[in-house]
Amino acid sequence: MKQPIKNSQTQQSIAGSIKAGLYKLWSFPGGIKLPGNKSQSNHQPITSAKTARQLVIPLTQHIGQAAEPVVQVGDKVLKGQILGHAHGVISAPVHASGSGVVSAIEERPIPHPSGLSALCVVIDTDDYEQCVEYTPLIRENKVSEAQAGETRENSADKQSISDLSNEDINSQIADAGIVGLGGALFPAAAKLHTAEKMHTETLIINAAECEPYITCDDVLMRYRPEEVILGILLIKKVVGAKKCLIGIEDNKPEAYEALLNAISGYTHTHKTTHTEPQIEIIPVPARYPAGGEKQLIQVLTGKEVPSRGLPMDIGIICHNVATAASVYQAVYRGEPLITRIVTITGGAIKVPQNMEVPIGTPIRDVLTQAGLNEDKIEKVIMGGPMMGFALPSIDIPVTKATNCLLISEKDELATPPPAMPCIRCARCSDSCPMSLLPQQMYWYAKSRELDKLQEYNIFDCIECGCCSYACPSNIPLVQYYRYAKNEITNEAEERNKADLARKRHEFREERLEKAKLAKAEAARLRKEKLAKKKALDAEKAKQEEAEGTSSDAKSDSKVSEKSTDSVDLIQEAIARAKIKKAQQQSQRKNTENLTEDQQKQINEANERRRKKSQTE
Amino acid sequence: MFLAQSSPYLQPGLNVSKMMRVVTLLMVPGILTATYVFGYGVLINILLAIVFALSFEAIILYLRKRPVKVYINDNSALLTAVIIGVAIPPLAPWWLTFVGVFFAIVVAKQLYGGIGYNTFNPAMVAYAILLISFPAQMTTYWQTPAMLLSQVDGQTLSLLETVQFQLFSQLPANVTMDALTSASPLGIVRTSVLSGAATIAEIDAQGNAFGVFGGIGTEWVNLAFLAGGLFMLRKGLISWHIPISLLAMLGFLSLLFGSFELDSNPSPMFHLFSGATMLGAFFIATDPVTAATTPKGRIFYGAGIGALIYIIRTWGGYPDAIAFSVLLMNMCVPLLDYYTQPRVYGHKVENNDQEQS
Repeated sequence: MKQPIKNSQTQQSIAGSIKAGLYKLWSFPGGIKLPGNKSQSNHQPITSAKTARQLVIPLTQHIGQAAEPVVQVGDKVLKGQILGHAHGVISAPVHASGSGVVSAIEERPIPHPSGLSALCVVIDTDDYEQCVEYTPLIRENKVSEAQAGETRENSADKQSISDLSNEDINSQIADAGIVGLGGALFPAAAKLHTAEKMHTETLIINAAECEPYITCDDVLMRYRPEEVILGILLIKKVVGAKKCLIGIEDNKPEAYEALLNAISGYTHTHKTTHTEPQIEIIPVPARYPAGGEKQLIQVLTGKEVPSRGLPMDIGIICHNVATAASVYQAVYRGEPLITRIVTITGGAIKVPQNMEVPIGTPIRDVLTQAGLNEDKIEKVIMGGPMMGFALPSIDIPVTKATNCLLISEKDELATPPPAMPCIRCARCSDSCPMSLLPQQMYWYAKSRELDKLQEYNIFDCIECGCCSYACPSNIPLVQYYRYAKNEITNEAEERNKADLARKRHEFREERLEKAKLAKAEAARLRKEKLAKKKALDAEKAKQEEAEGTSSDAKSDSKVSEKSTDSVDLIQEAIARAKIKKAQQQSQRKNTENLTEDQQKQINEANERRRKKSQTE
Repeated sequence: MFLAQSSPYLQPGLNVSKMMRVVTLLMVPGILTATYVFGYGVLINILLAIVFALSFEAIILYLRKRPVKVYINDNSALLTAVIIGVAIPPLAPWWLTFVGVFFAIVVAKQLYGGIGYNTFNPAMVAYAILLISFPAQMTTYWQTPAMLLSQVDGQTLSLLETVQFQLFSQLPANVTMDALTSASPLGIVRTSVLSGAATIAEIDAQGNAFGVFGGIGTEWVNLAFLAGGLFMLRKGLISWHIPISLLAMLGFLSLLFGSFELDSNPSPMFHLFSGATMLGAFFIATDPVTAATTPKGRIFYGAGIGALIYIIRTWGGYPDAIAFSVLLMNMCVPLLDYYTQPRVYGHKVENNDQEQS
């Protein structure tokens, strides 16, 4: 049988294995060596947070549309019960992370870079911790052995991953509300579904965790490696990837070993499954931002994700280890995503650690449990020190996005002195992992030359913060780019709106003009007809007067009269048709009264078409 | 509310002030060697230049209503002053330094908008203006490296005598200017070899131009600046692109032309280790403000300077050419930066079809 990783490897140091050249690695440009600051929090096992008195669970914890609440104030809810259904294609359900009574469904502040509030379900918890009955797709081995009789009857009693259908796994993932826990928060089921359709070759599991201070993925791999591996196998099955690469930074030897052991343990117990896909764990040199999706893909495969494209465009899908673990939990335990591991660290925390926290727990509760020195707090950062954001308060809930809470004391993190003029030293561009020219973009952002910024590919910026960190003049470069991106997006939206309004106006004018013309035409025709009729009548009278009555002549004139009448009728009909057509046209155009999103899509499609035609 | 701020939050390790200070400190080996070779004049020049530079900087910043202390502390004026002090002749009168520093700090730097905004390297603007305006003082006031020469009549000045001469142009009674100074190795090669008056071998026999491997006297100074420069590279203060491409181009051209006419073209080693080659390659051409910024651009920039140095030294009107080469390439920087933009991640190399359409 195939052994995915050579066992002799386990005894070697990771650095040694890189030198041994088992797997060819590529490099990415730029990047910086950062002080890790991981040892403070990665030595203790994962602790669990106490259930808080009150849980505040936002209905938006993912990219896409907010979940639709299905509970009402006063409802009693159980742990794991669904609170909000996914709404739309890109959305994810939200579940109760504790049992209790829904006391409010209202706007509450949530952790968000712009300090937004969002609709939240507030649960006053009871002490019973009652749980809904979970329906796993696979029973774990020990469970099936212990309750063999019971589980045999269960329809969900499947013993191995290959027994499951992709649809079953994916719908289980969708129902569990799993989102990308690496920070993107993209609903996992939607991503997997697309990947499945696009014939994805390679599954890359992001275990790099390159940001300083954060260790939640590290401890997850150390203490629950089996869950990670099984989760990965599930994801791999769904996307139908031929190979799977786990990219892990070489500063996590313990996690690396744990995963290796888990893999060899798995292959040992599943000797019969010859077709089991290969998983390779590949240590990558620790250099920030090696864990950026695009950088990790570049390091592991040498391929680049096309600008404005997705990894799937080059046959790759990337998932985080924590996402894999929650996929495991959903499939093997039927448990929705109601907790996550959070790194709690920083100078103002007495016992830095990793804690499994129910979603919705107030940050204050979590910090207090880890020993908070509230007087020492200088900054509260959610996420890492390079890409995280500062929270205004600690009285907001932990969400699916909360991977790290960094509570810094004074002088621990930078409080930058005033920015000095740029000295063009190019440290920013030397450190940019995307090969952008941050300095030029800075000048253009400062002078608000939005066209130029796009020419310099500002939208390829991943906001990793390398340039700001490297800048000896303390210029907050990333802040400028965020601002500029916003400005560009806003301006484009404004322009679209204006364009639409102008088009509508022009069209209305045209329509009115047409209608007017058609009316005039009709009026003219009617007049002509009248005049003709009059003339005819007069002629008739004359004829009658002059020639007297002759039946032949009479019949003749009658015929001619009839024919002129019919001509008039035809012309009238044409005029009517014209009016109708004009009206129809206007009606058809009016159905183009599209929503902004639709218009945006159309515009994007047009833009793509235009570009394509240009390049051709 | 806790302190709100945009990411990243990590304390960066470097700032402009530290960068400039470390670069200045790494010039010290070169300065000490130069003092040993050319006498105390080097130190006095540097000291004078620093005093003048900081004063000018402070005055102009005050006039421009800028925070004086913040900008003085960036140490950029200090670095400019030290470069000017090393570059001008060791026995230069005080006013030469004064004029040079004035043009560097006031005209070339502050009038263009201060640090970060100047198009031309301030120290090299000063040098070029002095060289054109005061050619006599700029070329002849080089004290003979007496201890390195076999000449017996070479004279040197003590520290006090040097100060007296530089400030009040008083020479001790028994000393004459002619005995005290001599032409630089590059100057000798220029005036005699390149004009066809003598061959390399003849000059070598005289023993006042060629040292162990480079120009006599200046070879050691160059070696010391090379050491400082390599340390900067190691510490990541400068990138390798500019100095390496500069030296490579200079070496390549001297090898190329030298291999045709061995008699009248000095060796690559002579070019690399005389005059201000190493100072220029590591400390002057790498001035971040006025150099190209893209990786490819920096290589072209350095190579351009190297080529110009060789061209001016060999066929131009001046013995050494760092200042003119650097200034000429400064002008090309916007062009270089624009046409050497790196390919951004995820963008394909522009193919021919696109160019045709």
